[in-house]
Amino acid sequence: MNPRLTRRSMLRGMLGGTAVSVALPFLDCFLNEQGTALASGAPLPPVFGSWFQNLSLNPGRWKPERVGAGFQNNVELKVLDPFRERMNVISGAKYFLDGRPLETHVSGVQIATMGSLPFGTTSDPSLDTFIAEVIGPRTRFRSVDIALSGGRQSLSRGKGGVINPSEPSPAALYARLFGADFRDPNAANFTPDAHDMARRSVLSALTDERRQIMTRVGAADRARLDAYFTSVRQVEQQLDIALTAPAPIESCRKPELAPQDEPGKTVGAVEKNNKLFAQLMAHAIACDQTRVFNVNFGTQGLRTPGGVRDWHSLTHEEPIDPLLGYQKDVTWFINFATGTFAQFLQELDSYREGDGSVLDRAVVLWQTDHGYARTHTMDDLPILTIGGGAGRLKTGRHVVATGDPTSRVGLTVQQAMGVSINSWGRLSNKTSKPLTELLA
Amino acid sequence: MNAKPMNSPPRRQRFRKWMFALLLMGMGSALACVVLKSRHAENPPGPSVTRLLTADQYRNIVADVFGDDIDLGGRLEPDLRADGLLAVGAAQVSIAPAGMEQYDAMARAVANQILDANHRDGVMPCHPAGSAAFDELCARIFLTKVGRLLYRRPLTAVELQAYVKAAKIGTEASADFYDGVALSVAGMLSSPKFLFREETLEPDPDHRGGYRLDAYSKASQLSFFLWNSAPDGMLLDAAGAGALNSRQGLARQVDRMMASPRLEQGMRAFFVDDFRFDEFETLAKDAMLFPKFSASVSGEAREQTLRTILDVVLTRDADYREIFTTKKTFMTPELGSIYQVPIFAAGPNGAPDEWQPYEFAATDPRGGILTQVAFTALHSPAGRSSPTIRGKALREIMLCQTVPSPPGDVDFSKFELASARGDSTARVRLSVHASVPTCAGCHKIMDPLGLSLEHFDGAGEFRSADHGAPIDASGTLDNVSYSDSSGLAHAVAENPATSSCLVDRLTAGAFGRPTSSGERLWVKQLKQSFASDGYRMKKLMQNIAYSEALYRASTPTESSGRSGAFATIAIPDPLLTSNQELPK
Repeated sequence: MNPRLTRRSMLRGMLGGTAVSVALPFLDCFLNEQGTALASGAPLPPVFGSWFQNLSLNPGRWKPERVGAGFQNNVELKVLDPFRERMNVISGAKYFLDGRPLETHVSGVQIATMGSLPFGTTSDPSLDTFIAEVIGPRTRFRSVDIALSGGRQSLSRGKGGVINPSEPSPAALYARLFGADFRDPNAANFTPDAHDMARRSVLSALTDERRQIMTRVGAADRARLDAYFTSVRQVEQQLDIALTAPAPIESCRKPELAPQDEPGKTVGAVEKNNKLFAQLMAHAIACDQTRVFNVNFGTQGLRTPGGVRDWHSLTHEEPIDPLLGYQKDVTWFINFATGTFAQFLQELDSYREGDGSVLDRAVVLWQTDHGYARTHTMDDLPILTIGGGAGRLKTGRHVVATGDPTSRVGLTVQQAMGVSINSWGRLSNKTSKPLTELLA
Repeated sequence: MNAKPMNSPPRRQRFRKWMFALLLMGMGSALACVVLKSRHAENPPGPSVTRLLTADQYRNIVADVFGDDIDLGGRLEPDLRADGLLAVGAAQVSIAPAGMEQYDAMARAVANQILDANHRDGVMPCHPAGSAAFDELCARIFLTKVGRLLYRRPLTAVELQAYVKAAKIGTEASADFYDGVALSVAGMLSSPKFLFREETLEPDPDHRGGYRLDAYSKASQLSFFLWNSAPDGMLLDAAGAGALNSRQGLARQVDRMMASPRLEQGMRAFFVDDFRFDEFETLAKDAMLFPKFSASVSGEAREQTLRTILDVVLTRDADYREIFTTKKTFMTPELGSIYQVPIFAAGPNGAPDEWQPYEFAATDPRGGILTQVAFTALHSPAGRSSPTIRGKALREIMLCQTVPSPPGDVDFSKFELASARGDSTARVRLSVHASVPTCAGCHKIMDPLGLSLEHFDGAGEFRSADHGAPIDASGTLDNVSYSDSSGLAHAVAENPATSSCLVDRLTAGAFGRPTSSGERLWVKQLKQSFASDGYRMKKLMQNIAYSEALYRASTPTESSGRSGAFATIAIPDPLLTSNQELPK
């Protein structure tokens, strides 16, 4: 190989021989660890998704009777029957407060996503960010975060005080993923954009100037600035990707333009936006724009149009129907939420890649905040995983983990995705015992 | 640091002093250390903080430096609220990858606009020899000027050289001088030194062993406090000349800045933050239940309350507490329909003016900001009113009090029965709280306040009855009883916590952290003079700006634990932000 034919000298040549100092771009197709050589027939990379639904399900109506393989879905999870062979149900696990006050609808979210409760102003990163570091550090987007019921709240937390903002609008997400900066990997011609090249060179020229700030700050601020530089690296990587002829990806198709939308405050808007988001995510994954997504289904005052009370109020105010044995209107919302989740999965599953689907190489982790929202219980939590992560997770099982911390599931999923940790969580929520029956 | 060419003589002197102090401490003379520490320990200031610019500060700086017609072409990440303020959360957050994409896109949009054909002559003090080639001198002049305003201090020689070089690379790559310079400016706008407000400390000659902000950090502290924006050229000149270290020099700048129209920008920003008006971004009402409450009404309601407040504290420079009782406000035709008063857009010489001054009658239940749509609608769920949410907001926002979270093991059965009995007034429904001991303790400090505002429905419109039953708006706030919303407003205005809360929030916002124990005496004095000055907010801000306490700090390692370390960080609560449903 001619050592002079580096990317650096190529870029320099393109820029007409000016003194350009370009940090060598990271090339997905060259620096490949995780089976990313999409064009060469190697296995497709795994994908991780999280789905958080507040307010749980009804006790007694979701847990499968049978333990282990060959379970049948109980009534509130029947809607997931198309995925029964590819899903796992984990029951019995709990959130531990370790003497801290229960912040209803918050503590559970924190333990589920971070494996711990925040101490003072510091909180641990959420598990999706560890997984993204391993399975998708060089994709265009580290992760895509979606808020289904409006707002920009996100449950994804990075190191150094980073809150990954959520996107509530499918049209805006379309622009971000497939707008002007998208490079179709299957386009016939590739010409690097001169302006992108200039931007990349200027960014490189300013790296040292920016780094100086690190010499002046204390430890806490250093972590925050580290987070800033990590974020800057994504911008640089996006430019590198834009400047590199992409390897063709057979199954990648640019989606239809997402229509303008309204924020998801009512069930109608949530239903519509959910389908658009799911389609965008399927295309984004197929085109390898990201390998991690987080959906915050939330409930954020979710109401039916004209409904005076929202789902959350109903969990506390609606009496249990004496004939049915559960809260009727609350259960309507539960069915709406699981139906929405099923629809999202269906969209991922209908996007075909080779002889499988986008869903087949994903692991989607479904969690909730309470065991029973009506009384804010923290035990016997329903937890689901859907998808085998291209053979990394065994599926079709109902695992009982009575009294164990929920973090066993988080640890299992992280290990399946290749995160090299042997324990996860803090205090009583810490575990070093993955659900070995699920690890392939 | 290699900053020789840019160092003015006073800076060099300070540098020498600092080196001397370090040397002294470094020598390890036990006696000297004990003496220095004990002097300093009398009144130790809180730690210095590094703050991320808030979205509003970013916008203000771009407008102040480059003109207010520059379109940011993007949106910033939501800010984090801690200890009641985004200004405090700004010292705890960083930038996520998705956020950096936005900063990068905005930096390029701004830089391209300021160097386009319409703007470049207004901002650039020189013309390049030719537009296709790189003119180093012109680039250097321009980047020196812009860099000083964006970095809030002169660039060091190394920094300037990096930006000149970036402009050169950019020019050569694009074959256009202005494009090249725009790329360099875009780099500056996404630099951590612009996006984060660093504080540089120097030994404090008035408190041996202690530290104070250096002249440029001092200028920023002052400018963000009064204007919510970066220092202007004159303030930076004063900092560079060492003028801010003398009482008179500081006072001259404070008085100049207090007289500037930008003071309104700073006061607005404070109240938007303090009263959580950022939550208007996600405020929505059910269109079937509240057909009048459109997005434009929502925006105008927010503006109405800000105008009401500014009329009291800025235009009339009246008693701050009047914001809770004043009958004076401003209306638009659309707001008029919610308030059920006719408003016609008209202005002097027939020029249309949306905003009209309006005064409610003395007997009107409306009066003060608590009875305005911005408060009553913002603190209500989408489909109804909630006295609990309003009461909680009043305690936490206006009185700086903390209402504990609900316990985890609540027995809701009694409440279910009350709901099942059918429609009734909130007072009847919420009476259940008193009968459940675990609920009663907290709800008795929230519900009665909110019940006094029940004449205003979930969108802030007046009603005399709820589900056909007349509304009883009587209540008690900290042993003061009243019969209606006007009585509540006066009780809030006269409650000592109200004025004390303003001082606490203003100082915490200025520091980017709650005040430390060493600063408590100063805050107490501020509160006393606030009262003796007739609760004039401008005078209070002036007092704060004059105080040396505003410009003192300890190093982050020096202070034993951050004063805010045990305050809970406001992780956005998926269910309980104030305009959403709360149990009950």
